[in-house]
Amino acid sequence: MACDSSTCQSNCYKRQLVEEEPIASKSGDSNKQSVCVKCKAKEAVSGAGEDGRFCRECFRSNLYGKFKLAVTSNAMITPSDNVLVAFSGGPSSRVVLQFIHEMQQRAQKNFDASKDRSLPVFGVGVTYVDESAYHSVPSCEIDEAIEDIRSIVSNLAPPAKELHIVPIEGVFALDSLDCERERLKTLLDSVSDATGKEDLLLHLRMLTLQKRRSAAFDGVVQDVFTHKYLRLQVASENGYNRLVLGLCTSRIACHVITATVKGQGYSLPADIQYVDARWEVPVVLPLRDCLASELNMFCHLDGLKTLEFSNGPCSGINGLVSSFVKLLQEENPSRECTIVRTAGKLTPFHFNRIPELNDSNVPLATRRRQKRFNLKPSESICSESFCPLCFSPLSKSELLSLSSFESCQDYDILGAACSSCRFQIFPKDPSSMEHFYSVLPQPLLIRAKKCSNGNRSLLR
Amino acid sequence: MEEAVTKPTKKGGARLCCICNQSRAALKRPKTLEQICKECFYEVFEEEIHQVIVDNQLFKPGERIAIGASGGKDSTVLACVLSELNRRHNYGLDLFLLSVDEGITGYRDDSLETVKRNEVQYGLPLKIVSYKDLYGWTMDEIVKMIGLKNNCTFCGVFRRQALDRGASLLKVDKVATGHNADDIAETVLLNILRGDIARLSRCTSIVTGEDGPIPRCKPFKYTYEKEIVIYPCSLKCSVVIEKFTYAYFKRLDYFSTECIYSPNAYRGFAREFIKDLERIRPRAILDIIKSGENFRISTSTKMPEQGTCQRCGYISSQKWCKACVLLEGLNRGLPKLGIGRSRGLNNDNKKEKDVTQSNGAKSIESKQCGTLDF
Repeated sequence: MACDSSTCQSNCYKRQLVEEEPIASKSGDSNKQSVCVKCKAKEAVSGAGEDGRFCRECFRSNLYGKFKLAVTSNAMITPSDNVLVAFSGGPSSRVVLQFIHEMQQRAQKNFDASKDRSLPVFGVGVTYVDESAYHSVPSCEIDEAIEDIRSIVSNLAPPAKELHIVPIEGVFALDSLDCERERLKTLLDSVSDATGKEDLLLHLRMLTLQKRRSAAFDGVVQDVFTHKYLRLQVASENGYNRLVLGLCTSRIACHVITATVKGQGYSLPADIQYVDARWEVPVVLPLRDCLASELNMFCHLDGLKTLEFSNGPCSGINGLVSSFVKLLQEENPSRECTIVRTAGKLTPFHFNRIPELNDSNVPLATRRRQKRFNLKPSESICSESFCPLCFSPLSKSELLSLSSFESCQDYDILGAACSSCRFQIFPKDPSSMEHFYSVLPQPLLIRAKKCSNGNRSLLR
Repeated sequence: MEEAVTKPTKKGGARLCCICNQSRAALKRPKTLEQICKECFYEVFEEEIHQVIVDNQLFKPGERIAIGASGGKDSTVLACVLSELNRRHNYGLDLFLLSVDEGITGYRDDSLETVKRNEVQYGLPLKIVSYKDLYGWTMDEIVKMIGLKNNCTFCGVFRRQALDRGASLLKVDKVATGHNADDIAETVLLNILRGDIARLSRCTSIVTGEDGPIPRCKPFKYTYEKEIVIYPCSLKCSVVIEKFTYAYFKRLDYFSTECIYSPNAYRGFAREFIKDLERIRPRAILDIIKSGENFRISTSTKMPEQGTCQRCGYISSQKWCKACVLLEGLNRGLPKLGIGRSRGLNNDNKKEKDVTQSNGAKSIESKQCGTLDF
């Protein structure tokens, strides 16, 4: 009986031939004939998988497995959730979008097949933050990119996903787009430190992602950042309650080093966990265990289209660390994992887990089904103070030093900011402070007021 | 180096020192990029170290302190500054110089001459302990046996014990080493890169080993290496000035003061990175140290427990201290013993077998690790 050796399950002689191949090939040209280490049936693709060589399917299932494990063991997505995927066009966000879509598809299939329809399917939306105003990208390139994004998202249906294209200058909420663009340029030009400029852009990006994109909320200034986690009543159905970022191991390893180098050792653990619930919309990182090289390879193998923008090289400390980690990774391919594992041993904060799902909206079956072995409900919740700019938790010594600043009382934001932001973002001489203060976006100023009030009450 | 000293401008409108506002600025201070004159630089350099000593209560009056002196720039400047501050602020300390001879020809013999000159210059009694006497091996012999990789591990482990033994012989209360801010920043980065969470939690402490035989402190914890290099160009360190002025102006011998085996060390990666970092943002070195101090490590993380070595009685987290393990490897012609990851229980069993074997047949080459009580 003729059988195809790759799919045949029985122990026929052809299977044995395939298994003997790797032994023979080791003596010969090992690069071309090696077999997948997992299924030992198909040919391995070079570069797929860490040390071992996976075949295309096993590589795919391994990568998806890492994603799925992260999602279920951290209770990232429950059936009643509305998930917003931050899409930048790069390989990580393309993969996370793809995997979330596949997860949603499976949930939809189960929903359609089940009789009682007890588990609803979670909703997925996609957002792209358009930063072209700052980077001065030619408009034709931007339009083309946006068209590509639209086609990518529309092809990921059913279930259909809403796409929100949001310009980063929208965070200023001024009358016209041109005014907003001017304001953005003015703000970023008033930051002299190159690294500070890049980081400020990142903070504005997060601010944009956190804003609710629904008609009911445009133009309404929200009081969103408090120490307690007040859930706002969402007027429209488009309210999202999870923000998915495609942050991978490699980017996290760079962040560990940059945070150390900027003196942010206290707040570092907050940014690198699976879940970051200090924001109004909790941020989850399902690709935390995947390497950038794996994600690149996946896009290549699966033919997923990615977009690259001519943003120019990252200068300053961020670029230096990026090339340093790249150098280390070349010297030892497990270096990025080691860095993230080491940083993972630092104590996370109480907001680094999904808040308790006690809503009656969530079906009991779901609550029972969560694999919550990472969560320790008995830990006491102590309130943290946050820097209004980067939203990183402030250490006790920083709070104490802030209270002794007399001149900062004129500007809330200066009196509540972490020392890193004060050094690299705020202007050096006090005379420029007034101008800087006047070009900050409104949500940041409101956040600053809340934070400095909180700090003062903590220190009494 | 050239960046530190500003050449006088042809226009004649030179900047004034930002501290005294009287003398012309002679250099840009590496730590703060301030324009500063020479006298103010020495004063601020010395006073900052005095402040560190006071704030961290490093010394008590009447203590006997051994300065780990290698003859290199850090320990020489440390000896110079400490004896000056001891006199100026009446610390009431008894200072000694303690030097370790690893037996690296062409490197250590030169620097030992410097230390002997320091003994005369500052009137500080000197004690030299050598690897040959303590362990029966010089570093040159070790490198011949194990090659150019991992030799820093041997040297570092042996030196730590050698310092402690020398300190015991001198009967001192503390050892002061010349580790500067750059060193500590490199160590923080190295421990992150290598996953050593136990060391990461300890490496930023200014005083270490308080529960061990001899506590050690690092008065230069916040002092930049670049500033230590500039400092000797004063009349105070006149003995050393020939070597350092030469290095300073010729920019050659600066590198000859580094160990000849060091180019292969992993620390080199971190060092290169920090040098590049300092160019962009000088305060980043202190920021790394600050981050290291602020790292909070979960109590659930498994940490090694402290015990004593079964062979020599030195402090150790394993059955044998690292020096004994390495020495055993050298004496038995197994250079890899003690290098690389141990695999837990299996390795412990293997070590026990080794212990019983070696106790049974005491080889003449392996010396007992001293007769000092720890």
